[in-house]
Amino acid sequence: MNIILLPILPLLAAIFPPLAIRSGRTLCAVATAIPTVAALLMLAAAAPAVYRGEITRAAYEWLPQFGLSFSVFLDGLSFFFAALILGIGLLIIIYARFYLSQKDPMGRFYTYLLLFQGAMVGVVVSDNILLLVVFWELTSLSSFLLIGYWRDLPEGRQGARMALVVTGGGGLLLLAGLLLLGQIAGSYELTEILQRGDVIKGSPLYLPMLLLILGGAFTKSAQFPFHFWLPHAMAAPTPVSAYLHSATMVKAGVFLMARLWPVLAGTEAWFLTVSTVGLITMLVGAWIALFKADLKAILAYSTVSHLGLMTMLLGLGTPMAALVAVFHILNHATFKAALFMSAGIVDHEAGTRDIRSLGGLLHLMPISATLALIAAGSMAGLPLLNGFLSKEMMLEEVAHTPYAGTPWIMPTLATVGALLSVAYSARLAIATYLGPVRSDYPHHPHDPPLGLWLPVAILVVPVIAIGLLPALIAGPVVERTTLAVVGSRTLPSYSLALWHGFTPALMMSVTALIGGAAILMAFKPLDRLRLATPRPEAKRIFDQMLGNATRGAKFLVAALHTESLPRYFATIIVAIIIVGGTGFMTGSHAPGTRTSLPINGPALVIWAALVATSLAVVVLHPNRLLTLILTSIVGLGVSIAFIQFSAPDLALTQISVEVVMTILLLLALNLLPRTTPPETGWLHRAWDGVIACAGGVGLAGLAYAVMTRDFRSISEYHLAQSKPGGGGTNVVNVILVDFRGFDTFGEIIVLCIAALAIYALLDSSLKGAAAQRLASMHQNEESADAHPLMLVVVTRVLLPLALTVGAFIFLRGHNQPGGGFIAGLVVAIALLMQAMASGYVWTAERLRLNAHTMLGLGVLLAGLTGLGSLLFGRPFLTSTFRYVHLPFIGEFEVASAMAFDAGVFFVVVGTVLLSLAQIARVQARAERKPVPAGPSDILLQRRTADVAPPAAVLGKEP
Amino acid sequence: MEILVASAIGVLSAAGIYLILRGRSFPVIIGMTFLSYGVNVFLFAMGRLSVDRPPIITSDAAEYTDPLPQALVLTAIVISFGMTALIVVLALRGFLETGSDRVDEGIPKLPEPAEERLTS
Repeated sequence: MNIILLPILPLLAAIFPPLAIRSGRTLCAVATAIPTVAALLMLAAAAPAVYRGEITRAAYEWLPQFGLSFSVFLDGLSFFFAALILGIGLLIIIYARFYLSQKDPMGRFYTYLLLFQGAMVGVVVSDNILLLVVFWELTSLSSFLLIGYWRDLPEGRQGARMALVVTGGGGLLLLAGLLLLGQIAGSYELTEILQRGDVIKGSPLYLPMLLLILGGAFTKSAQFPFHFWLPHAMAAPTPVSAYLHSATMVKAGVFLMARLWPVLAGTEAWFLTVSTVGLITMLVGAWIALFKADLKAILAYSTVSHLGLMTMLLGLGTPMAALVAVFHILNHATFKAALFMSAGIVDHEAGTRDIRSLGGLLHLMPISATLALIAAGSMAGLPLLNGFLSKEMMLEEVAHTPYAGTPWIMPTLATVGALLSVAYSARLAIATYLGPVRSDYPHHPHDPPLGLWLPVAILVVPVIAIGLLPALIAGPVVERTTLAVVGSRTLPSYSLALWHGFTPALMMSVTALIGGAAILMAFKPLDRLRLATPRPEAKRIFDQMLGNATRGAKFLVAALHTESLPRYFATIIVAIIIVGGTGFMTGSHAPGTRTSLPINGPALVIWAALVATSLAVVVLHPNRLLTLILTSIVGLGVSIAFIQFSAPDLALTQISVEVVMTILLLLALNLLPRTTPPETGWLHRAWDGVIACAGGVGLAGLAYAVMTRDFRSISEYHLAQSKPGGGGTNVVNVILVDFRGFDTFGEIIVLCIAALAIYALLDSSLKGAAAQRLASMHQNEESADAHPLMLVVVTRVLLPLALTVGAFIFLRGHNQPGGGFIAGLVVAIALLMQAMASGYVWTAERLRLNAHTMLGLGVLLAGLTGLGSLLFGRPFLTSTFRYVHLPFIGEFEVASAMAFDAGVFFVVVGTVLLSLAQIARVQARAERKPVPAGPSDILLQRRTADVAPPAAVLGKEP
Repeated sequence: MEILVASAIGVLSAAGIYLILRGRSFPVIIGMTFLSYGVNVFLFAMGRLSVDRPPIITSDAAEYTDPLPQALVLTAIVISFGMTALIVVLALRGFLETGSDRVDEGIPKLPEPAEERLTS
């Protein structure tokens, strides 16, 4: 039997209830109970080993690099908790079958319940502490779903949200704490960690780690000041409250403290934090519970108080106190689950949970009332019931625990807590079940069906049995569990017995009973006293904090997300300058040793032109057309620089890109405003200038520093292998299509995406607001000749020439400057010239190539070429070549890389054509007058002047 | 010669940075173009400068310039062409859609959905 199934089984089975609900509610409950029973049976099968003191472990690797493994183990403690979770879970499943009404979606409820059950079992059996955190957060999430089960109730939603924020947030603290713990211990497996208590307690990180882990435990277990979420979670259906707040969810924090007790407890910090927080929680919870009128609210605050009690006991740090804590966990789970279910029965039968409208139910529903009274007696700590035993043992423990050097603080406060506990338990019992029968219940109450009271009865049996025969019934369990908690082989002598003689604890117990009765007598004046004192409302504070956090986040977003592009740019650039500047300041500043090239006259002239034009652009940029022309001059200068410094391919590419870009921007400018209006003040511009100069100086300095130093390049390989390996003498081209062909393949895909994005952006602009603006756009005066004859003739003559040049550049690209990129640009320019001279419509009619097809074809060709090499058992994009001899032409080379380059060629042509075609289409929309179809208009006008009015054809006033 | 190239890189980039900090789309596009010039030359210069040593394998050439930065810059030129074309069209569409070519203020905000208040 693999114990890994313990948490997995309920999680996987969570899918069945919604399916089973189609066959009825009972079957749905059965489908939920089966995995729970199966898990319980598995647990029972593992029991003999656990009770022999063995540890059963099972592990699978998950993310071993991060120390995360799917490892679980079963020892006394995890067995105890798993049994509680599954056992009470089974009772809850039965109870919920009868509790939920017809209109509640039962399948969903059981799914959430199983998810929660699986997560909870996961928490207690996890060996890996990271896995524990995963399950821990799963319990937060699934309890969120359970608490908010009644989605239409705002209280349910808010309570669920509050529980999630508090416990989920605590989970993050826990994660941090457990990561620290794993670091300190050198392992993420609990079975390892628990052996290393001394290392952990001696670590300098012990205190932060402890506080983080306690943050997780305190939030989960509703310890002061995080206790406020628990009462609000009472908006959940009662079966959920009974489950979450008796045996499971809120016990997770207590479990964690017990689990890590051997490695965390026993230090001063542990004692002061844990026992103090536990004591305060115990008192605060009990005090509030006393004055609540809602049955579930009383139980909720009582749960808070009892959790405080357990926490305090664990905080004491002695094995005996741990034993009492374990005993009380068991006792509390039984009587509290019974009481919650009883509260549900009252609600179900009488129609209200307000104890002010209840009373006398003992006569109307004798069975369930008796059960509830017994459970309440246990909560009050009446003798012969299990609550009495653990409470008395608790008092015994605190009786000899000095606090801050004073012996009486702890016993006194604990007695006060016990006394309040007596008072609220008695108030609950008397106001609900005793007293005279009333006539004004919302429903007429009577005993519920067996399914509702049987689970309560099953829980009340151990309440009495343990109360009478503690050593016999609970002894082995408590002992085995405590051994696992304290991590030792033996326990100090103790006795689970009803009678210990006249001990101080007995005196305190009697005091508590008498005092509790007295408080109940003085309830009215005490309530007035309470109302007169300030009572901080936790929910309001929580809401305020949440609201402040939201407002803070909004403020931060508004401050950072200004939606101003210049500001974003400025931030990025300033950040880069700071990083670069820091690097410069901390580096060495020795001058470079590489010999510089001599400056020659032409270079100086080009440099001066480049600098002057750049500065002119900065000054004159409001005039957009001029800016565009000056920019292309700069581009020209850059390509001349490339020629000068032995980069013919770059020069060719730069100059052809320049032409295409200029045409593109000209077309766009036709639709955009012609000038940039003067904008910001001089201060702003001066600041921008400072940033720009800093950036420019930085880049220039960096470039100079690099250029004046020698280096070793990896290009030796490329130069050496270009001819023998790639079959080409133009190393740049061979790198592009062969050595780094994959990069190029990615690049042409990027180009394709850009082209398609451009297409989509402009295609949809022919509708909606953009289309209206286009339609109302005033066309500026045009030249008389839309398509000047001279230009038409020249471009048409040039077309075959330009195409030939393109083909030439393409073919020679492998060996001489050229290649697919440049050839593509040249051919695109040749086609563009036709569009410019003869009109877009005219060109499009004659151009039978579809730009989309070209893009697809290009990528396909390049991809297939790459895949082709796979056929020969070589990696993707391995190229091959051979020399072919043809008559007349002579020997030439055919390389598979040429096919790849052809793909590049098609993509480039397609991209350019698609972009410009789209802009031209939009442009055509803007022209209010009929568009001249093409150069043949001129002829048309001459020939048919009398038929068609020239104005309509030529697009100008006669 | 290195000082000329370095200073040209500086001037081109500075002009580019100044222009992309403007508040209208067109200067930003031009600024991007300038920045591309500056950065492309910068990348190219990482292979150091050399005259008359094109990376074309011939039998009589003794040394070649570094071809790798050239290949990278060639790709960069074409990619920045694609990017510029895209932002030009983006700017155009934005202008057509809103009637403004400003880039220093947000688009008109839609009313936010009323948030659920946590009230008891």
